[in-house]
Amino acid sequence: MTSTLRALVLASGISAVALTGSAIANDVKPEAVAFSDAGGIETPVAAQAGSADAGKKILTDRGLGNCVACHQVSSLDAPFQGNVGPSLDGVADRYEPAMLRAIIVNPKKALYEGTIMPGFYTLDVGKHVREDLVGQTILSAQQVEDVVAYLQTLKE
Amino acid sequence: MTKKVILAASVLALFSSPVMLTKATADPADATLTIDGKEMTVKTAAPEGHPFDTLYSGWLYREPETRALEEDSFENPGMFGVEQGAELWSVVEGTAGKSCESCHAEPEVDMKGVGASFPKWDADAKRPINIELQIDKCREENMGAEPYKFDAAEQKALTAFIKHQSLGMPVKLDLSQGELQTWWDRGKELYYTRTGQLNLSCSNCHEDHNGQMIRADHLSQGQVNGFPTYRLKQSKLISLHNRFRGCVRDTRAEIPKAFSDDLMALETYVTWRGTGLSVETPAVRQ
Ligand code: HEC
Ligand code: HEC
Repeated sequence: MTSTLRALVLASGISAVALTGSAIANDVKPEAVAFSDAGGIETPVAAQAGSADAGKKILTDRGLGNCVACHQVSSLDAPFQGNVGPSLDGVADRYEPAMLRAIIVNPKKALYEGTIMPGFYTLDVGKHVREDLVGQTILSAQQVEDVVAYLQTLKE
Repeated sequence: MTKKVILAASVLALFSSPVMLTKATADPADATLTIDGKEMTVKTAAPEGHPFDTLYSGWLYREPETRALEEDSFENPGMFGVEQGAELWSVVEGTAGKSCESCHAEPEVDMKGVGASFPKWDADAKRPINIELQIDKCREENMGAEPYKFDAAEQKALTAFIKHQSLGMPVKLDLSQGELQTWWDRGKELYYTRTGQLNLSCSNCHEDHNGQMIRADHLSQGQVNGFPTYRLKQSKLISLHNRFRGCVRDTRAEIPKAFSDDLMALETYVTWRGTGLSVETPAVRQ
């Protein structure tokens, strides 16, 4: 309906399914991700290091992170950045990588239970998940690491 | 390690005062709405037991150009639907050789207030019915005609026409009818239930974050007093259950059926959440 929503919402299932889902052999499976006592995730979830460039694209891609539906990043050239969440400018000064990773993987655990922010690498999701998405995460393990790598570049 | 603990603690401190975050920008407009010389109640005190203090019509969250279209009945493109509904009123259909007019000769009088008080309890069906289902009931039982398909142009036009007869009247449900209160309870539960891969409930967007921007959209309280609404982007009337289905779909959940028990419960509850706001049908949206 609304383009926004469609946006937020990372609309078309097809590309999402193709890109996410089936965890690659050496990735940490979503159900095996371990949070530290401080709420962070120390060990990267993907076998390969993240790419900040790839992460940058995920933040604005409506079918992937679509993070800018809710957050602003001043240095990103993306129209209609939302303000449901805080600005991500300088976020790397506020959080260690382990905490950033945890927020992306499952903010309900990393931040607080009631947050609107979706968990991008968790199977702890809502009811009646669309049939073709059952058992799938929004982002792949690699994409999570890409986003974490990009967020680490956001310093004031 | 210590640093992390401090960071985690400061995060919690930040989130324990969500108001700080929600006040950022884009409050509803401070404006009044007059349609056909009637002043609409677009802002009102919430009924007892409501999570909000003040209720705001979705009109207040729209851009000035969109607001202006709704203000002027001659410019409001949704009025075509209302006029189409007025014509359908006297069209004979079905085996009984009747039209709506056969039973309700003066819709301006007979239908006044209807749009402000539905859903109501249907003792035969033992569930709440909305205007669309009442139209179908009349077609089947009194006219010997087929019910409309969901979102048929005629269904939306007649619904808009009927609701328009209550323009300006405050929304008020009588929850003491039949088991309506039980359905309200069920609707409330659904309103706060997170669905889909994105794990979102109605309340996440319309209660916790109304007034904020989600991409290009200004989140409102998700009030239903203007439905069917005219959507400029789609150039047509949009029914309430179409809107509900769109919002649920956007959580990446299976989409509930129009007029299903779940959506009737939700309509009952969400309509109550707008108690006291004026019926604005046909409202105009971006
Ligand atoms: C549906 C809205 C929404 C989406 C989509 C979303 N977030 Fe968030 N995010 C929030 C909200 C809201 C908060 C603050 C916690 C709260 O109030 O619930 C937050 C908090 C954060 C924080 C902590 C920021 C701080 O300064 O404390 C980070 C980092 C973050 N989000 C990154 C992301 C990234 C990266 C993505 C995309 C992969 C993303 N978010 C997608 C809503 C969202
Ligand atoms: C991801 C965010 C999100 C969720 C979850 C959501 N909505 Fe919405 N909804 C929107 C947006 C964006 C709009 C269009 C802007 C507006 O009017 O708020 C909208 C519009 C509406 C409207 C039309 C309001 C008007 O004035 O035209 C209603 C009614 C509504 N939503 C009800 C619901 C209900 C009921 C649910 C749960 C089943 C729900 N929404 C879940 C984002 C959401």
